[in-house]
Amino acid sequence: MSHHTHEQLAEEAKKLIVEYLDKIDDMKAKERTKIPPQEMPAQDPEIRSHNLDEVALGYTMEQARIEAMRCLQCVKKSCVDDCPVKIDIPRFINHIAHEEYDQAVGVIKEASLLPAICGRVCPQETQCQANCTVGKALKDVDKSVAIGRLERFVADWERATGKIAIPEIKPETGKKVAVVGSGPAGLVVAADCRREGHHVTIFEAFHKLGGVLRYGIPEFRLPNDIIDKEIDVLKAMNVEIKTNFVVGRTRKLTDLMDKDGYNAIFVGTGAGLPMFMGIEGENLVGVFSANEYLTRANLMRAFDKGHADTPIYQSKNVAVLGGGNVAMDSARMAKRLGAENVYVVYRRTEVEMPARKEEVAHAKEEGIEFYFLQNAKRILGNEKGRVNGMECLRYELGEPDSSGRRRPVVIPNSEFILNVDTVIVAIGNGSNPLISQTTPQLNVNKWGNIIVDETQKTSVNRIFAGGDIVLGAATVILAMGEGRRAAAAINKMLAEEIEKEKAAMN
Amino acid sequence: MSKILFKKQLSKDVYMMRLHAPLIAEERSAGQFIILQLDDDYGERIPLTIADADAKEGSITIIFQVVGKSTLQLSEKNVGDIIPTLVGPLGKPTHIENFGTVVCVGGGIGVAPLHPIAQALKKAGNHVITIIGARTKDLIILEDEMKNIADEFILCTDDGSYGRKDLVTVPLKEICERSPKPNMVIAIGPPIMMKFCSETTRPYEVFTQVSLNTIMVDGTGMCGGCRVNVGKEIKFVCVDGPEFDGHKVDFDNMMARLNSYKDLEREAHSCFLEQEIKDKEALR
Ligand SMILES: Cc1cc2nc3c(=O)[nH]c(=O)nc-3n(C[C@H](O)[C@H](O)[C@H](O)COP(=O)(O)OP(=O)(O)OC[C@H]3O[C@@H](n4cnc5c(N)ncnc54)[C@H](O)[C@@H]3O)c2cc1C
Ligand SMILES: Cc1cc2nc3c(=O)[nH]c(=O)nc-3n(C[C@H](O)[C@H](O)[C@H](O)COP(=O)(O)OP(=O)(O)OC[C@H]3O[C@@H](n4cnc5c(N)ncnc54)[C@H](O)[C@@H]3O)c2cc1C
Ligand code: SF4
Ligand code: FES
Repeated sequence: MSHHTHEQLAEEAKKLIVEYLDKIDDMKAKERTKIPPQEMPAQDPEIRSHNLDEVALGYTMEQARIEAMRCLQCVKKSCVDDCPVKIDIPRFINHIAHEEYDQAVGVIKEASLLPAICGRVCPQETQCQANCTVGKALKDVDKSVAIGRLERFVADWERATGKIAIPEIKPETGKKVAVVGSGPAGLVVAADCRREGHHVTIFEAFHKLGGVLRYGIPEFRLPNDIIDKEIDVLKAMNVEIKTNFVVGRTRKLTDLMDKDGYNAIFVGTGAGLPMFMGIEGENLVGVFSANEYLTRANLMRAFDKGHADTPIYQSKNVAVLGGGNVAMDSARMAKRLGAENVYVVYRRTEVEMPARKEEVAHAKEEGIEFYFLQNAKRILGNEKGRVNGMECLRYELGEPDSSGRRRPVVIPNSEFILNVDTVIVAIGNGSNPLISQTTPQLNVNKWGNIIVDETQKTSVNRIFAGGDIVLGAATVILAMGEGRRAAAAINKMLAEEIEKEKAAMN
Repeated sequence: MSKILFKKQLSKDVYMMRLHAPLIAEERSAGQFIILQLDDDYGERIPLTIADADAKEGSITIIFQVVGKSTLQLSEKNVGDIIPTLVGPLGKPTHIENFGTVVCVGGGIGVAPLHPIAQALKKAGNHVITIIGARTKDLIILEDEMKNIADEFILCTDDGSYGRKDLVTVPLKEICERSPKPNMVIAIGPPIMMKFCSETTRPYEVFTQVSLNTIMVDGTGMCGGCRVNVGKEIKFVCVDGPEFDGHKVDFDNMMARLNSYKDLEREAHSCFLEQEIKDKEALR
């Protein structure tokens, strides 16, 4: 597919929209499905694979309105059914078609607090866009209404016009809520609990807020500015922020209540402990977890080689193991840091890759090579203990298993050696051990994930949890959804207490 | 954020600082460390052991050796200056009990982290034998502090400029040959010294605990950069350690991993030094 420039797409949309403007509300479904789906403008792949600027540039106003007009305003709303936080999708899209961006943002914010982020990173093709009627009619999920891009469009519009409203805060209640971890789960709990008038403190182990949004997902996919804006809102709401604070070490979890007087705690410490394959050579110099590689590059700014004190490995040929978003981010980051050849090695086929489709497409455009149905057998090193190759095995799809998925099986004697100097392991994370190590009364499952009830409450009174520390590695929107549920439960618990205290005084 | 309360140069490249950190001072135990960063945007996160703490004053003490860019920059800070990022206490505390006779072996800068452990062991009622060693006399630190704690005190230098002219492994072997042999050895210092201490005690089957100083990034178990092979397992030094059974640690792999960025860092260090020299000349 040849690359269309931002200007070309903008120009086309300007011409095209004239056709539809005076019949916005009277088009038949058939006519709407004939409106051409709008392509997302993006930086030229040649150029962007050498910079860290955002790849996807966002719709122009005309593009957004045309795309919005493709929506059939279905009564059944299958898109909403598949949205984890049940945004009223057709309603916000209809506002966009009518140039009522303010109202569109309002509709989204009834359900979701971080649209600029979710619009960029949600796996829409497996959620809202999966069963969109337009996509079904055109027999191509890629032709569903681009709900995510529209969500991003209005969120960006809100930011650009400086219209981000500081939510109203109820009178101070005197109750204190501690939020541990500042990933998406923690950020929404902070906002939702502060709105009820509680004093909220965010405790974050790192020196910067945002969790994976900051240290994991790269700038070229989610610019730091966007996270900063969300945090500015929290600061304007007078949420207290304590960075460089490792709960469990700097203070025990329960001491936050017993010594520091917090009335409720939310634990949103995310995933931790990167997993390795357990193969020979995995501790050689030049083998990294994706977490380490991306943290060095993003949070510690090692991509800025002239300024950063934190070094990053100089690689020529890089193998990335895994097929999720984390693998895509690592591969594309390695390319941007100067690697000549980057290979993604994945045990299954492209269809099974859990990464967002758009990221896979972008990675391919940037020259990342994909080795499907292959896997690492061992990593080879030289006399200095540095990686100088990786022995791989080929796989083929076997008989379908009980779930109907065809499992990959090794082809005997299919070994071959990939010439690489760096291996990035992106096969997932275990759970963060710090809190559970130091809070024995907190129930966790055998993977170390905290066990909660349907209101996100843990086995310890007044302690709630959500996000990746509960779900294992999940998604931003699921983490956010759990945060909202936990905040609702915390607010309810504190409101009841306040009522009781009042009753006791009278 | 933390203010420097006190600074003293202990030997040519070694400095001691007291930093304002009330919560860390209150929570820390022997064997734990902090991570600090001199610039919130571009600084490197460097782990340093908490050498001492004063909960009343709300301060912790660090002792560090200048080996690269960040430790050099830290050494140039003065009383009243602010360190923007300081986080801790990290790592598992040392397990302290009355083991009987414990030999504490410290090499070079390793004496700094050893000191609070020796102190705690003594307090728990152990018979503490201390061996401290350095390349040469000028590099010996905390001699009096260690002497005060020790029931027996041995000092060695590689070049014989002070104390015995021996590597620390020589007196260590002598002590292992005593009857009864010591109940435990704790060795902290450069990886090569910890490796040879572990090799020395192995034939005598004396449990030998070492404290590993791997490269770290987060210090909370998230990145895996600090991983080492211990026995057949991969361990993360920041959350599973920093202390491990020296007879099980794969020191050769650990040393290779410590050198991951050697070329890059030497470059950073020398560029930085050159710039500093230029800056200083410009000032004249
Ligand atoms: C590289 C990468 C790419 C991804 N891409 C996508 C994507 O495209 N789309 C998507 O939906 N999801 C994606 N994900 C997954 C998504 O980012 C996570 O599911 C989500 O961030 C989880 O949010 P959380 O709030 O639970 O925790 P996190 O975002 O992990 O945040 C947890 C925070 O808690 C802090 N913390 C941990 N322990 C402590 C402690 N003891 N004391 C104080 N603070 C502590 C951590 O430092 C961290 O800041 C990606 C993940 C990665 C790693
Ligand atoms: C748990 C722990 C406790 C520590 N306690 C102390 C302490 O109390 N006092 C002290 O002086 N140092 C201590 N260290 C080592 C200290 O962290 C490093 O010396 C420091 O990070 C080097 O930073 P730099 O930028 O000055 O040097 P860099 O420019 O990063 O490195 C300079 C040279 O030192 C080597 N190096 C890098 N990191 C380390 C490391 N972690 N250990 C050893 N060599 C390294 C590099 O290979 C390079 O050759 C500790 C390390 C750990 C992990
Ligand atoms: S399913 Fe598609 S067409 Fe129907 S309302 Fe949702 S977005 Fe619009
Ligand atoms: S320093 Fe990152 S896991 Fe230990």
